[in-house]
Amino acid sequence: MKLEMKDSPGQLVSALQPISEVGGNIIAVIHQRDLSSREDTLGVQIVLEIAESRLTDLVSMIKERGVNILRIGKDRLLYKQTVIMIGHLMHTDLSDTVDRIDCTGFAEVTALDLAMPAINEPSSARLTIKSVSKKDMDAALDILRDVAKTKKLLIIEPLEGELV
Amino acid sequence: MTVKVAVLGLGSVGKGVLEMIARKDLDIIVTGVADSKSGLIDPSGLDIDAVLTAKKTGRCGDTSISANEVVSRADYDVLVEVTPTDAGSGEPAHSYMKMAIERGKHIVTSNKGPISLHLKELKDLANEKGVLVRYEATVGGAIPIMHTLGNGLAGNKFVALYGVLNGTCNYILTRMAAEGLTYDQALAEARELGYAEADPTYDVKGIDAAIKLVILANTIWNNGASLDRVDITGIDRLTNDALRLAEEKDCTIRLIAEAFPERGVLRVSPRIIRKDHPLVFEGTLNAITLETDMAGEITLIGKGAGSIETASAIIGDILFISSHVRCN
Ligand SMILES: NC(=O)c1ccc[n+]([C@@H]2O[C@H](COP(=O)([O-])OP(=O)(O)OC[C@H]3O[C@@H](n4cnc5c(N)ncnc54)[C@H](OP(=O)(O)O)[C@@H]3O)[C@@H](O)[C@H]2O)c1
Repeated sequence: MKLEMKDSPGQLVSALQPISEVGGNIIAVIHQRDLSSREDTLGVQIVLEIAESRLTDLVSMIKERGVNILRIGKDRLLYKQTVIMIGHLMHTDLSDTVDRIDCTGFAEVTALDLAMPAINEPSSARLTIKSVSKKDMDAALDILRDVAKTKKLLIIEPLEGELV
Repeated sequence: MTVKVAVLGLGSVGKGVLEMIARKDLDIIVTGVADSKSGLIDPSGLDIDAVLTAKKTGRCGDTSISANEVVSRADYDVLVEVTPTDAGSGEPAHSYMKMAIERGKHIVTSNKGPISLHLKELKDLANEKGVLVRYEATVGGAIPIMHTLGNGLAGNKFVALYGVLNGTCNYILTRMAAEGLTYDQALAEARELGYAEADPTYDVKGIDAAIKLVILANTIWNNGASLDRVDITGIDRLTNDALRLAEEKDCTIRLIAEAFPERGVLRVSPRIIRKDHPLVFEGTLNAITLETDMAGEITLIGKGAGSIETASAIIGDILFISSHVRCN
């Protein structure tokens, strides 16, 4: 998630302290100059990992310290999986194949690299899928396997238990 | 103590076994041999060099002596069954083995057909007759996987198994990745080098690997695994683009056989795999990774085929029998 706040002396330290108290993990602290439309403020963006259940605690602890949180952005899609597909991807409507994952709401195709083959040869693509949880990833892959079956595509998945 | 063997099949494997018995001081004598059209029996031990020389001209021996007769009449302790694999029926090897077991003879084989189809039946019959059936050479060529499972790792619980069980496929994938060859080009190269059969269907469609997976699963879990329960995808539809797309992510593609007994998964399929994974190596090698409760993860890598390499596994089994049970 991302935390954005006003950059005035002492605020940063006050904001960082509670994060470790609730078991969060700070990934990056980024100072931003043009964050806010409010003329005189500087923004700080903190990228951190925290259990969903502790988020309200954290927010109130930070607020108690007089830090103003401007915005909280949550990146829900933490699970990432790469698969390769082979077959007549264009003839079988690649964008439909991608949509079937995207329309689930719990998983998305976040990158697609397509290798263009010689005419009439099967094409190959690498898809990066992101999802909210491991369970959602499994569900997304099940959908993809079904689509592949009807469209006669070959899906190559990573070795089980390995995230690539 | 000297052990007496009868060898059925004098192809690549059978000749390798005879050569090693002749050349090395192993205390093994050969009292019977047979190929598809002839046979020889000598209770005091055949002259192996003479047999191998005769075989160069086609038949190893006397056309009036059949393989059947060698099995049922010759005086031996161990039947070395190295005739061709018939994955559908396991015959005629299956019948030869049963006949020998009925006579109270031990079995050593490299033949995947009867072992993947009839392991339980053969073992039960052997138990009843007080003899052993050993088949180290059926999986992973020279790799001592069966000895490892049965002895070295005895008492462990096996949680999962991953293997590269077909050297031909591994060679083809290695060449597609390294040189950007198409599947057809890499297959042609494998054929030229003698790594692929004239009809490579069994290898490239994943069937050979699946048969070996069935043998491993039945050996480890005794779970009645059979070929029709393995989820099989071969490598024959892979493109060099697919390999390149994997390599761009520091990965590659390998044909992996997998078993997860708790979920009932038996599967052979091309998989994306990190390049620094122990199951990624070049050429025709085979490897098996076992996940166990006590020993943790163990990977064995070695030559998966070849005349002398397979003979190594056969001879290991013969000597295991001669050192663990009394041969008459
Ligand atoms: N080659 C390897 O690296 C390797 C590795 C692991 C396992 N294996 C397995 O080991 C076995 C032997 O392989 P291979 O490569 O040696 O095969 P191969 O070169 O084809 O030799 C087969 C031999 O069996 C003989 N034969 C055929 N039908 C027979 C019958 N009904 N009774 C008696 N003999 C018969 C053939 O006789 P003729 O000489 O008269 O034709 C030939 O000598 C196969 O089951 C194979 O799958 C092989």
